Amino acid sequence: MLSIKNLHAKIEDNQILNGLNLEVKPGEVHAIMGPNGSGKSTLASVLAGREEFEVTDGTVEYLGKDLLELAPEERAREGVFLAFQYPVEIPGVSTINFMKTAVNQVREARGQQPLDAVSFLGLMKEKMKLVEIDQSLLNRSLNEGFSGGEKKRNEIFQMAMLEPKLAILDETDSGLDIDALRIVANGVNKLRDKNKAIIVVTHYQRLLEYIVPDFVHVLYKGKIVKSGTKELALELEAKGYDWIKDEVAVV
Amino acid sequence: MSKDNQVLEEITSKEYEHGWSSNIEMESAPKGLNEDIVRFISAKKNEPEWLLEWRLKAYRQWVNMKEPKWPNVTYPEINYQDVIYYAAPKQKVKPKSLEEVDPELLKTFEKLGISLTEQKRLTGIAVDAVLDSVSVATTFKEKLGELGIIFCSFSEAVLEHPELVKKYLGSVVPMNDNYFAALNSAVFSDGSFCYIPKGVRCPMELSTYFRINAANTGQFERTLIVADEGSYVSYLEGCTAPQRDENQLHAAVVEIYAMKDAQVKYSTVQNWYPGDKNGKGGIYNFVTKRALCAGDHSKVSWTQVETGSAITWKYPSCVLKGDYSSGEFYSVAVTNNYQQADTGTKMIHIGKHTKSRIVSKGISAGHSQNSYRGQVHILKRAEGARNFSQCDSLLMGDKCGAHTFPYIDVENNSAKVEHEATTSKIGEDQIFYCLQRGIDEESAVALIVNGYAKEVLNQLPMEFAVEAQKLLALTLEGSVG
Repeated sequence: MLSIKNLHAKIEDNQILNGLNLEVKPGEVHAIMGPNGSGKSTLASVLAGREEFEVTDGTVEYLGKDLLELAPEERAREGVFLAFQYPVEIPGVSTINFMKTAVNQVREARGQQPLDAVSFLGLMKEKMKLVEIDQSLLNRSLNEGFSGGEKKRNEIFQMAMLEPKLAILDETDSGLDIDALRIVANGVNKLRDKNKAIIVVTHYQRLLEYIVPDFVHVLYKGKIVKSGTKELALELEAKGYDWIKDEVAVV
Repeated sequence: MSKDNQVLEEITSKEYEHGWSSNIEMESAPKGLNEDIVRFISAKKNEPEWLLEWRLKAYRQWVNMKEPKWPNVTYPEINYQDVIYYAAPKQKVKPKSLEEVDPELLKTFEKLGISLTEQKRLTGIAVDAVLDSVSVATTFKEKLGELGIIFCSFSEAVLEHPELVKKYLGSVVPMNDNYFAALNSAVFSDGSFCYIPKGVRCPMELSTYFRINAANTGQFERTLIVADEGSYVSYLEGCTAPQRDENQLHAAVVEIYAMKDAQVKYSTVQNWYPGDKNGKGGIYNFVTKRALCAGDHSKVSWTQVETGSAITWKYPSCVLKGDYSSGEFYSVAVTNNYQQADTGTKMIHIGKHTKSRIVSKGISAGHSQNSYRGQVHILKRAEGARNFSQCDSLLMGDKCGAHTFPYIDVENNSAKVEHEATTSKIGEDQIFYCLQRGIDEESAVALIVNGYAKEVLNQLPMEFAVEAQKLLALTLEGSVG
């Protein structure tokens, strides 16, 4: 589904990704861990198509297409979803209105008829239940005055609405207390299926107790330096990142 | 950044949608302004002697006045002798109904999307359409007549309701109020007149559509709305003009007189030709709009969506004379390319416990300059007066400017005046967030801008709000940098 080869990327003059390789198949959940500044969020941004990041080398193939050639909105319409670490506020625009625009533009790009008000409402009600979000929140201006937990839950609600094939969760656990974390993780788990892949970018192992990954990768200095299963995450939790740094230094 | 600029370039090169000129025979005055021209206009309209005298008096004052230089706008000196002050579409017989109106003229309105016939059938809005300076046809007159409501062209009102016109003309905006008001008073050629009798709630939105058609023509329409005790009316005004290389002058006056317990809601969607993307051509829009809340508990609300004109100079104001009267001003002013806007309001609190509310949302893009200028004046006897002002500016790109000039004079210490102001930029983060959800850049800007202006757009009647939203999107599509 997603094949990243030798990816190099920089922002302004800072080289951040230095030859990253990653293979993701449908149905898989990959966790990307690593110390601060290792390039985790850059990877998420590059995959979503943020312009400030310049890809200097390497390829990213997504469902047989060259992902890097696609504009950000095209990527979204092809099923790439990014749950933002810091969801953006848009005053005066309700989540409902925002999602209606998004869902219908995605449908249009796929050659489908736009949803009428009734069908949209039906879809919304169904997804609201899935991620345990209240309609009153969705009537409010997008992310404006939302608590950290509400913002993240809203991201997962949007993910549910857009039914992506590849979802990238960028530090979705940051700023969440344990209850909010559980609700968000439950939402994500309900969206897991054999056709969808999820990349979970996180600093801590905590989230992975709820969203259990098939693979865990350690990103360090812009490269994946170690891959393993969920046990690797536990080891990182116990020992910190220093031993990885030492290992890399030895090599 | 570079891609955004490219989109900006593409979009701003879009043609002005209403830029066509109708092929209707015109009858116009020679260029220039002097007493003879004033007499010519008055004679053309078969006006009574008193009105001619009024015009001449205004003209004589105007000659000795100076064009105001304080607005935050720059433009080359206007040669007032190079303007045609009167242009009427030529018609053989005066139309009695829509069917008799020149089909070419009706086509013009259809192109504007305000087909009178359509409106008549479907929407129930009474429209007084003013093309250049003459009011063409007023729909729904009969139906309104049953309620005693007068809604007609200004010239017709002069002939048929002289007592009302004589009493209220200039009662809110005196002829020598300012340079442009004086000019208008001397040469106004038509406009709309509206009178709502005591206790009557006007059952439909009254609507006027203005359009400048002829080249080198100034448009000087005059609107007078008189709301008698306990009455209510919602009045809509829309404007467009064809694309021309020269600058055209528009100096209108709107007067609203609200008596005890009367309520008037006045909404404008202004889409005069703004000039091309290099700032060539466009309308100079110098307008005086004022309401007098003469009676206790009267209320006037101005809502404006300003997207057009090369230069806008306009301060719809309220003089709150009656006790407990209130004034509101809701504005969205958008400037793009080389447009300049200096707009805002004045709230003059005279009566006790008067209230005013100002919500101004400026949006600047391209190389434009957008200024909010507002005055809140609480006079000595205005016990317990209250004002709330909110002035927000939104910048798109880094070549435009947003300015705020709020003036607050409080002479009574029981008054409560609040002022809030914010300046923000459409963030690349906001745009990217939308893109990541599959929303294209143009729709993203439309969404963000409409969200920003929502509080004002919500004040507009439904069908106007839809048009205004589209206009905002159209004016600003892609203007992100």
